[in-house]
Amino acid sequence: MTENVPALPEPGAGPESGGELIATRKGMFGARNGGDTSGYGGLVRRIELPGATERPLGGYFDIVADELEGALEEKGLPLEAISAYVVYRGQLTIHVPREHLVAVARTLRDDPALRFEMCLGVTGIHFPEEAGRELHSVTPLLSITHNRRIRLETTAPDIDPHIPSLFDVYPTVDWHERESYDMFGIIYDGHPGLTRILMPDDWLGHPQRKDYPLGGIPVEFKGAQIPAPDQRRAYS
Amino acid sequence: MTVIDGSARPEADGESVPGAEGRIFNVAGGDWDEILSGLQESPEERIVVNMGPQHPSTHGVLRVILEIDGETVTEARCGIGYLHTGIEKNTEFRSWVQGTTFVTRMDYLTPLFNETAYCLAVEKALDIEDQIPERASVIRVLMMELNRISSHLVCLATGGMEMGALTMMTAGFREREETLDLFEFITGLRMNHAYVRPGGVAQDLPPGAVDKIGSYIKLMRKRFPDYAKLCNENPIFRGRTEGVGYLDLAGCMALGITGPTLRSAGLPHDLRKSEPYCGYETYEFDVPTWDTADSYGRYRVRLAEMYESLRIVEQCLDRIQRTQGQPVMVSDRKIAWPAQLALGGDGMGNSLDHIRHIMGDSMEALIHHFKLVTEGFHVPPGQVYAAVESPKGELGVHVVSDGGTRPYRVHFRDPSFTNLQATAAMCEGGQLADVIVAIASIDPVMGGVDR
Repeated sequence: MTENVPALPEPGAGPESGGELIATRKGMFGARNGGDTSGYGGLVRRIELPGATERPLGGYFDIVADELEGALEEKGLPLEAISAYVVYRGQLTIHVPREHLVAVARTLRDDPALRFEMCLGVTGIHFPEEAGRELHSVTPLLSITHNRRIRLETTAPDIDPHIPSLFDVYPTVDWHERESYDMFGIIYDGHPGLTRILMPDDWLGHPQRKDYPLGGIPVEFKGAQIPAPDQRRAYS
Repeated sequence: MTVIDGSARPEADGESVPGAEGRIFNVAGGDWDEILSGLQESPEERIVVNMGPQHPSTHGVLRVILEIDGETVTEARCGIGYLHTGIEKNTEFRSWVQGTTFVTRMDYLTPLFNETAYCLAVEKALDIEDQIPERASVIRVLMMELNRISSHLVCLATGGMEMGALTMMTAGFREREETLDLFEFITGLRMNHAYVRPGGVAQDLPPGAVDKIGSYIKLMRKRFPDYAKLCNENPIFRGRTEGVGYLDLAGCMALGITGPTLRSAGLPHDLRKSEPYCGYETYEFDVPTWDTADSYGRYRVRLAEMYESLRIVEQCLDRIQRTQGQPVMVSDRKIAWPAQLALGGDGMGNSLDHIRHIMGDSMEALIHHFKLVTEGFHVPPGQVYAAVESPKGELGVHVVSDGGTRPYRVHFRDPSFTNLQATAAMCEGGQLADVIVAIASIDPVMGGVDR
């Protein structure tokens, strides 16, 4: 947070790292209302997730990538079936467009050189400022045979929140996809019974989306009002 | 047990309710003979039994919806969500350190696993895994293995009780109480410790901890054989558990089942061996397996794992003594919580030395303390996944940061949540009474399932 920025930055600009832009922030110290008393009001920062990693990826990731690409080619799938490899903190994330997700997952499970036989569920993430890719669905996979771990990541826009279900490949995602639907509103096409799982059946909204408020009431403590958790100052 | 659906009005019995298929019987007490004679008029009727969510033998607020044909279960479905508390969402509005206070409450029988898994993920995201002091890792392993024993004890105790082996319950909870006494002595709390923190642990072991744990090990070595004597060859226990809740290796893999259930199917998969964390690769222990893939096998696996945990705890004690006086928190002052707790005149609190330091000696120390307590530390943007082998299976934590002082998203892949999906596969086609045994052998904890 201490990197130098130009004195008068263009709105929306900032140092570009080639990563995945998820938000643009202004100012500092969580001061968003009122005048610029901090002197940092002109600061504009790009919040970027780590971008695509160029080959070689390092470790067993290259073996996985080579085998996967080879197997997909055998199946006649286009190169676009894998949109990016991201290696961050020693973990590989394979970004897959949603239309190829099931085919890629099936290949990862069945190919003897890959053998990702264990799926560890599905996680939704909501990035409201990432236009056209607001909803992310992440699936960690584990190969017990080769003792390897990777992640699949798929995105869907908010206006068309459909992602194909992995139920046919990994039946374990049954409840995980229901949870992700319940919490984020991602619709997993092909899921045998996509209903709410944690929230009541007649609940409105999807609680873990970023546009869904946490709720809470201010609490008085020794004469001072402590605001509800989602009203407190954020230092992000 | 009640037959579900429709209103509770007694006059609705046997009447057709709009929108429902066939006749619906509502039972809230009353005379079973009358109800049964009503059913005999049309024997092809389905009976749907709603077990829970307040049933004592469903491990908390688990609702199982059973379709039965006589005593045989033809379909079993789980209804969950009754204990959903929105912990994942709440962590997004607190600092990274405060997150431990929330996640420890997820699976309330394995709080130290929740904390450690979360902290390992945060440390990976911070890229400070290599800087965690050895003593902190040893204490984490020690606490986790004690926690594994206490969690397995509850599983055996409640599982036994539900089958009528009440001595299992009294014995299991007696031993668990000994474990919780240790936790209280070390962390100050019996449950919900928030003891493991990003960067290390909250405070060092108190004086006398090694002796206490030593006598605990001795006591457990004396008492654990009683469980084996009580159950291993007990014809009633074997009759109730053998072949019940059967799920083979293929079923486990398809349903993503991990932990004792997977190991009871014969696969020695244990993250402590395959992807060691906290220095598990330096400890000597075995991964017990069984080959029957049933409830009895899971019981034997858990029993054997408790002995292995004792072995690991013993090895921890040597290391605790060897690393006496070494730090239990990373040295990076931008991350480490600045104060260690100490016993003062008015009870446990921030150490007086630290208060004297920040208030009297060093302005910078005061600023650091203030910034860490109010803001917390920043975690670089990105996502990581960290997993530990909890008593129930793979406990995975998926953490996403947007570079701020709060988690952007924290997801817990709780093993109970995933393992509970096996209910249908384990129960359908079996006896109604075996549903209880099968679910007990999964060892679900609803706090973890619903989060």
